[in-house]
Amino acid sequence: MTARFGQNTDAAGTSLQTHMTSTLLAVIARILSGASVRWIDSQPDTCQRVYFANHTSHLDAIVLWSSLPQRVRALTRPVAAKDYWEKGGVRRYMARTFNALLIDRTDIKVHQSPVDLMLREIGTEQSLIVFPEGSRNTESEIQDFKSGLYYLAKKRPDLELVPVHIDNLNRVLPRGEFLPVPLLSLVTFGPPIWLENGEAKTDFLERARKSVRRLKDL
Amino acid sequence: MPDRETLSLIGGVLAILFVATTIGQRLKRSPDVGINPALVDAFNLRIRAWWMMCTVLAGAVFLGPPARVATVVVFFFISFWALREFITLTPTRLGDHRALFWVFTAFTPLQYLIVGLGVEEYSLLFSVLIPVYAFLFIPARVAMAGDYKRFLERVAKIQAGLMICVYCLSYAPAILSLKIPDYDGQTATLLFFFVLIVQLNDVLQFAWGKLLGRTVIAPAISPSRTWEGFIGGVASASLIGAALFWATPFTPWQAAGMAAVVSVMGFAGGMTMSAIKRDRGVQDYGTLVVGHGGVLDRIDSVCFAAPVFYHLTRYFFALS
Repeated sequence: MTARFGQNTDAAGTSLQTHMTSTLLAVIARILSGASVRWIDSQPDTCQRVYFANHTSHLDAIVLWSSLPQRVRALTRPVAAKDYWEKGGVRRYMARTFNALLIDRTDIKVHQSPVDLMLREIGTEQSLIVFPEGSRNTESEIQDFKSGLYYLAKKRPDLELVPVHIDNLNRVLPRGEFLPVPLLSLVTFGPPIWLENGEAKTDFLERARKSVRRLKDL
Repeated sequence: MPDRETLSLIGGVLAILFVATTIGQRLKRSPDVGINPALVDAFNLRIRAWWMMCTVLAGAVFLGPPARVATVVVFFFISFWALREFITLTPTRLGDHRALFWVFTAFTPLQYLIVGLGVEEYSLLFSVLIPVYAFLFIPARVAMAGDYKRFLERVAKIQAGLMICVYCLSYAPAILSLKIPDYDGQTATLLFFFVLIVQLNDVLQFAWGKLLGRTVIAPAISPSRTWEGFIGGVASASLIGAALFWATPFTPWQAAGMAAVVSVMGFAGGMTMSAIKRDRGVQDYGTLVVGHGGVLDRIDSVCFAAPVFYHLTRYFFALS
């Protein structure tokens, strides 16, 4: 099954090693970011989901991923930028450990859209972590969402779209810094949303953005 | 092996903790007693924190010198966590990032390394590392980052966090290195006595305040701190201190005096941290940490009392 997704095609030994490394990295990420996890009107589940969150730090994907319980984590793949995560051996190794789904931001074709690629990769089992703001946000308010989330929902209406708010991680590792300051952060999972029948793209994206924003004040 | 005095002190505390735990659990299971459930939860959290403190400090007493290092390491982690809570709730800007990095990774560990070595020659460095060198480094590093907006205010916030959470608290494990005549190898018991008095004073001030409290000291800062509670707490903590003199190098009068000073300082610490919390609009320092009240809320009084207790003991009772 794993071979189908182009991961861990080697012997079982590699997968065990990857498993151990990923658990270790998850623990380190949790300690470093001091992340507390809240599930509000929402439960961890292995059903197919798209976790969408605000994006303020390079640690977002790792910390969100490590906030999931182990069995959910094993099925969940962060979507990340290929140009960043394929630079250098350490990043590439980490991207593989987290089973990241790397998207080429510079080479987007019509017949090979990132959304199609994501849907093909996750099949009928895996979940995704996406950051619909696109790039990391330096403003204090969450920026407008890119349309990818809308097309994911439109093409696969069965996916649960789970809003996630990440608080204070931008101070742990701000944009442009490479040394983290071990402050405390908070990851809040909210109740899933779905694309309503006939809901316009901009309306849906605004509703999705607000569903993340409201978790900040709960 | 600890002597009989130390054993009875620890045994007594364990017995009290056991009773308190039983009461707390019983109150939790019977919500119809008419006590605010939030109060019961706060009580139980406090008890749990005390069990941890008691275990660590009793461990230091029983294991002797190797545990001194372990105690210093534990206090380092408490400081580190408290500083995380402090800075997390204090707004900083991007320009503070590099300065904060060195505060967490260099100054905090270095301060505890000096305490851990426990060498007399380093005692000067121990007292100046943070209030002189870190305090000069922080503004310089923030200035280099090129952001002058609210410069003095931002620098002061980082300095205050480092001062309270790291520098002041590091005086508590430093008690272990004091050389007190006729009190050889018993400094762990003295540390135990100190933490016990500070924590008891917290509770006694709260209890006296609930019983007799009329005159609130500063309603905007803390509606539950009253003059009656403050005076009652200091007086009863001093009595307990005097009653426990046999575990310390002090006479009964001296023990009462020490306990009184420690209680006043503990009160000052609680008051100061409440003011910071009000300013930031939070109840507890642990707001970002689900399910516990925050480390800083537990140790604020210890932070303020430790330097004074250390200095008084050092100048009047220890060889220096």
